[in-house]
Amino acid sequence: MDDAAKLKEFDDRIARGEIFEPKDWMPERLRKQLIRMMSQHAHSEVVGMLPEGNWITRAPSLRRKMILLAKVQDEGGHGLYIYSGVESLGVRREDLIDELHAGKAKYSSIFNYPSLLWSDMGAIGWLVDGAAIVNQTTLAKCSFGPYARAMIRICKEENFHKKQGYEILSTMMAGTPAQRAMAQDSINRWWWPSLMMFGPTDKDSPNSIDLMRWGIKRKSNDDLRQRFIDMTVPQAHAIGLTIPDPALKFNKETGHWEIGPINWEEFFNVINGNGPCNKERIAARKHAHDEGKWVREAAVAYAQKHSSLERRAA
Amino acid sequence: MATSNNAALFDFLLRLGDDQLVLGQRLAEWCGHGPILEEDIALANISLDLFGHAQAVLNLAGEMEGQGRDADKLAYFREAIEFKNCLLVEQPRGDFAYTIARQIVFSLRAYLLWDELTKSSNETLAGIAGKAKKESRYHVTHASEWVLRLGDGTADSHARLQNALDEVWRFTKDLFATDAIEQQLADQKIIPNLGGLYGKWLTMLQELITKATLRMPDPGMFMQLGGRTGKHTEHLGHMLSELQILPRSYPDARW
Repeated sequence: MDDAAKLKEFDDRIARGEIFEPKDWMPERLRKQLIRMMSQHAHSEVVGMLPEGNWITRAPSLRRKMILLAKVQDEGGHGLYIYSGVESLGVRREDLIDELHAGKAKYSSIFNYPSLLWSDMGAIGWLVDGAAIVNQTTLAKCSFGPYARAMIRICKEENFHKKQGYEILSTMMAGTPAQRAMAQDSINRWWWPSLMMFGPTDKDSPNSIDLMRWGIKRKSNDDLRQRFIDMTVPQAHAIGLTIPDPALKFNKETGHWEIGPINWEEFFNVINGNGPCNKERIAARKHAHDEGKWVREAAVAYAQKHSSLERRAA
Repeated sequence: MATSNNAALFDFLLRLGDDQLVLGQRLAEWCGHGPILEEDIALANISLDLFGHAQAVLNLAGEMEGQGRDADKLAYFREAIEFKNCLLVEQPRGDFAYTIARQIVFSLRAYLLWDELTKSSNETLAGIAGKAKKESRYHVTHASEWVLRLGDGTADSHARLQNALDEVWRFTKDLFATDAIEQQLADQKIIPNLGGLYGKWLTMLQELITKATLRMPDPGMFMQLGGRTGKHTEHLGHMLSELQILPRSYPDARW
């Protein structure tokens, strides 16, 4: 069968709503797109450990500390699942990590913002994980088996993350004036970046076309963003938080909340390495990786030594 | 004046709980910075177990004290000199070899100690020990596997771990330091006699270290003491200033 016939068959499978697996034939362009998208996702989980990891040692109670630590640990676990999923496409985790450290691979730009207050742990859990859930719930229905299965498992944990974030903020909003001011400051800083997490507006999203054609993306960036806004605005109001958007208004006819313009210049600036923490995030990851080199080498040397000893004994 | 049994148990529980809290905090510092992603997850998991033990033990300590302090009050509103953890756990995290050397030395003793404490006549303590014993068995396994890998890995890893073991060794006597309070609790059958712990620990550790092609540190080395009586190294104060910052800054706030 020639490539055109294979492609036709693949398109038909997708049209029938079938799931495809790593060993199945797939268009090379799609394989590349999947590797790019999934590795970005895995990198985001791992880099995403940093802004929250920043507060584990300062969490204000033992209960909060344990919840936060468990959450950040989950993010590491998500990174592992997704790296394993992307390895099924014939790439190695080490190479993907090298690309991240060399600045060739991207990760979610939201993690290039600093966590300045404890209430940021609330904002990240509620807004960042909340946005991730909206994205990932549709990815859980995507056509690539390993990705869809990873998303189902990950979404369950993300729901707990979102809940703990909202609980941090609602407790603070019911607290002292200083606590309320901190919670509001966090929303002021994290609201717009969390809307940017859905990516550029549809007309500026070059990778979306292939991914939608082959059933990886099932909803457009703008649709998902709107779903998130509609869900989140009432939650903010319920605990007395103000959304930092003077243009925000509810359209009774459409039933949607309408927002003011997103600052896409800021978005592209952060994507291109000029966010407040881009350099620090990559430097921290690279430092951990470089400092850990001798440990990984020791583990490999031990495994080789002992597998050959065992072979000799056998 | 003789110390009441509750006061003695309070003191003992602070030693036990503070060890868990302070080491949990040190291990949490690795989160996001481990040598490999799997290790970020493992160290966070161990840290999480330790915080769980600390919370349970310090809550019980507060009950024994009878002044209305719970685990959070004890964790967040004491000065360094009121902490009773051993010196070993408050040392900075160092490199991965230092962390592993500390983990094996600490976890092996913790496992043996929890095992003994399952026999405590205080049912709450015995219950905590039963759960903690299972978790600390995993901590021992984790650390042992790394002792073998680093000890018998490359020349570099061998040298680093040997050096780390030599570094932590001066705090091992403090880890096992005992006094009249423990004796009183043992005499009153509240906790078992812990005198046999050190011997068992040394035998198990020696076996592992030999298997990992390492050598035992110099037994004649000078030993630092003081943790159990609140005479700490300077590192503890800095750790506490980070740990306690929010509740100390906003004492009326609930989080």
